[in-house]
Amino acid sequence: MEVDITLRVDGEDRPLRVDTRTTLLDALRERLGVTAPKKGCDHGQCGSCTVLVNGRRATSCLTFAVAHEDDEVTTAAGLADGDRLHPVQQAFLDHDGYQCGFCTPGQICSAVGMLDELKKGWPSHATADLTGPVDADDDEIRERMSGNLCRCGAYAGIVAAIREAAR
Amino acid sequence: MIGLLHTRSIGADVERVDGRAKVTGAAAYAFDQPVENPAYLHPVRSAVARGRVTGLDTAAAEAADGVLAVLTHRNAPRLASTDDTELAVLQDDAVAFHGQFVAAVVAETPEAARRAAALVAVEYAGEPHDVVLSADRDDLYAAQEPEEHGDVDAAIAAAAVVHDATYTTPPEFNNPMEPHTSVAVWDDGGLTVYESTQGVHTVRPVLAEVFGLDPERVRVIARYVGGGFGSKGTVHANVVLAGLAARALPGRPVKFALTRQDMFRVAGYRTPTVQRVRLAADADGRLTAVEHDVVEQSARIKEFVEGCTKPTRGMYAAPNRRYRQRMATLDVPVTSWMRAPGECPGMFALESAMDEAAIACGLDPVEFRVRNDTRTDPDSGKPFSTRNLVACLREGARRFGWEGRDPAPGVRRDGDWLVGTGVAGSCYPVISDPGSAAVVRYGADGRYQVSIGAADIGTGAWTALTQIAADALRVPMDRIDLRIGDSALPRATVAGGSSGTTNWGTAVVEAARAFRDQHGVHPREGDEARGEMRENTAKEHYAMSAYGAQFAEVRVHAGTGEVRVQRMVGVFAVGRIVNARTARSQLLGGMVMGVSMALHEHGVRDPRFGHVVNHDLAEYHVAANADIGDMEAVWIEEEDPHVNPMGTKGIGEIGIVGAAAAIANAAHHATGVRVRDLPLTTDAFVR
Ligand code: FES
Ligand code: FES
Repeated sequence: MEVDITLRVDGEDRPLRVDTRTTLLDALRERLGVTAPKKGCDHGQCGSCTVLVNGRRATSCLTFAVAHEDDEVTTAAGLADGDRLHPVQQAFLDHDGYQCGFCTPGQICSAVGMLDELKKGWPSHATADLTGPVDADDDEIRERMSGNLCRCGAYAGIVAAIREAAR
Repeated sequence: MIGLLHTRSIGADVERVDGRAKVTGAAAYAFDQPVENPAYLHPVRSAVARGRVTGLDTAAAEAADGVLAVLTHRNAPRLASTDDTELAVLQDDAVAFHGQFVAAVVAETPEAARRAAALVAVEYAGEPHDVVLSADRDDLYAAQEPEEHGDVDAAIAAAAVVHDATYTTPPEFNNPMEPHTSVAVWDDGGLTVYESTQGVHTVRPVLAEVFGLDPERVRVIARYVGGGFGSKGTVHANVVLAGLAARALPGRPVKFALTRQDMFRVAGYRTPTVQRVRLAADADGRLTAVEHDVVEQSARIKEFVEGCTKPTRGMYAAPNRRYRQRMATLDVPVTSWMRAPGECPGMFALESAMDEAAIACGLDPVEFRVRNDTRTDPDSGKPFSTRNLVACLREGARRFGWEGRDPAPGVRRDGDWLVGTGVAGSCYPVISDPGSAAVVRYGADGRYQVSIGAADIGTGAWTALTQIAADALRVPMDRIDLRIGDSALPRATVAGGSSGTTNWGTAVVEAARAFRDQHGVHPREGDEARGEMRENTAKEHYAMSAYGAQFAEVRVHAGTGEVRVQRMVGVFAVGRIVNARTARSQLLGGMVMGVSMALHEHGVRDPRFGHVVNHDLAEYHVAANADIGDMEAVWIEEEDPHVNPMGTKGIGEIGIVGAAAAIANAAHHATGVRVRDLPLTTDAFVR
């Protein structure tokens, strides 16, 4: 079955007709040519496909495109302001928070979403005090970024980059 | 002696030249290629581990919406060569392992292909299969002649201390984050493949042979590759299947990405190993004998030997030495390269045994290793071009705060956690292969175009080769326009064996030198020169290897047995460093994979069916961010004039070598429990 929908992707309206079985990830990549989010597992287990949906991070392989009519989808390609990189992107460059780069667009979207969660005071497994504001310390970052696997093992650089971007 | 390059860009801390493309998601990997009107392939995999396909009903699949072709061994195009049995895809009805490709559907959309693949009905005549490795099997065969120098038995009989234990490592799967992927187009009697590969020039001749094409009619492109760690260093069946489908649908680009589950079936993996190590020492703690006896598995359709005894040959002095390597042939998928094949599992065994032997000798494990250092390669008798294992051990001990360590196991407690520290040595040979070539061309824009068919799988080759070209031409980096990742560019060896910088860098230096010789420092537009990497004759006179020492602090929870690697320090002697920023990442990346190996990685093959039960990233755990504590990777200055013009030794693999042993040794120091079977799961510590 096919359905006409409109996704708002990186600030642009993108009308398309999708098979109802099409994931958001496949719609972005195979239908709209938005290939910043990557497919590492297709099962919600690696985080490579992470995008922001209305500002919150989501694994786009685990959700159907048809469920996102009019949603605001932001990929790593939509974070920069023209030539000016998003501070998280710049910090990834400065701290070499990547090697092959395949997990990187997902890591960066996840980091942007995660920093917002921190700002809102949402606690995690690593949070000692559930009532006060939450610090972006290394244990918080590691815990909150553990849904994004990096087989190149760039975790030290990723944590350093996010620590800097959180300042 | 090779004239070492005068360095300006080399050694600097440089942002990756491909960095911006990667953080913005603009870097186009194989599946990201914007091809016109693609078709999608989804495979059908065998449900038995051994036998024959006796029935195939493809009618329902063929009738399904959007299906373009259903390929089986009955109708698939015939291959020109089936000599490589791993690559003889859909050529007959034989099944050699669970999960082997037995059919494939090509359709207009990925959803249609997947759905139709499920509609293909396959019947099998299964035969009894055998997928269980053990050292007691009576059908092991010798992968190489057993080799002995001196008299090991006599040395053991006369020794003050003998350590004898068996260590095992489980099947481990490379799992680069980018699954193996091909986008194949058959056009005008030629084949173009966008491929996730460690070597475009590795894939091209293989496809040419398999499909019976002139190599000039095969083009392989891989500008960005999402990791490989060895699995993309050789051609696997998926590439051939994509080519077959493309041939069946000329003009139509066929896209085929392995699923994560397929990565446990057809992408290669590290064999399980059973390794018996015997060490004999005199009263002063000097080794008098070393024996390393290895048992591994290999697939029935293709042999691959993981050379676990390799590191034992050069690591420590001992006059009496014996190596043995035996294999079982099983009904399993093909084993293949995984980061530091041989050295990685081999050094888990040797460096664990060294820890145990140090304790038996009453010596500090750092001192014990220092005492058994060697100035000449024990097997060949050649001197080392440079060897700084001891310097790494000393510097690591200093940085880590090893001094004053209480050797008693199981006595340090921090709340509910038992705390311990451990050390292990690392090594990786300097591998060089002749045959890479590069071309330097002067462009209208005053920039130098440097072309070589190399691959950057995350190693930093884009940046390192740019730096090397800049120094070899004596210009700033921004005057270099590097081209890699295309078989239309000059031939380059595979990104494997930590040899990329050695082989490709040397070719770039040779091309730059030829360019300056021919065209001077004021070239004209279009001036061009070619250079080639030749055999390094210094190998006849010197043994060449990189070394390192890794230190780990490990905590084991007294109640649950949970193991945490709190911090690690790795110190490496790896020749000159080309790019301080990317080198650190590469060394750390190896160590992180070592943590992953130590704590998590274990592919479990079901003996009843022959498949890997935990075939995804939820159940086959690889290290996540929260698994990694404070990690430090540093290097000592090392000038080696014999290895290559850059003075580099290769850094892609050494980081994983020894890491798991350092962690297991630290876990023993923490708890008194010696774990000789990886990974270090909680059950080992809860008694
Ligand atoms: S591809 Fe979506 S989580 Fe792995
Ligand atoms: S950078 Fe390669 S997987 Fe993260």
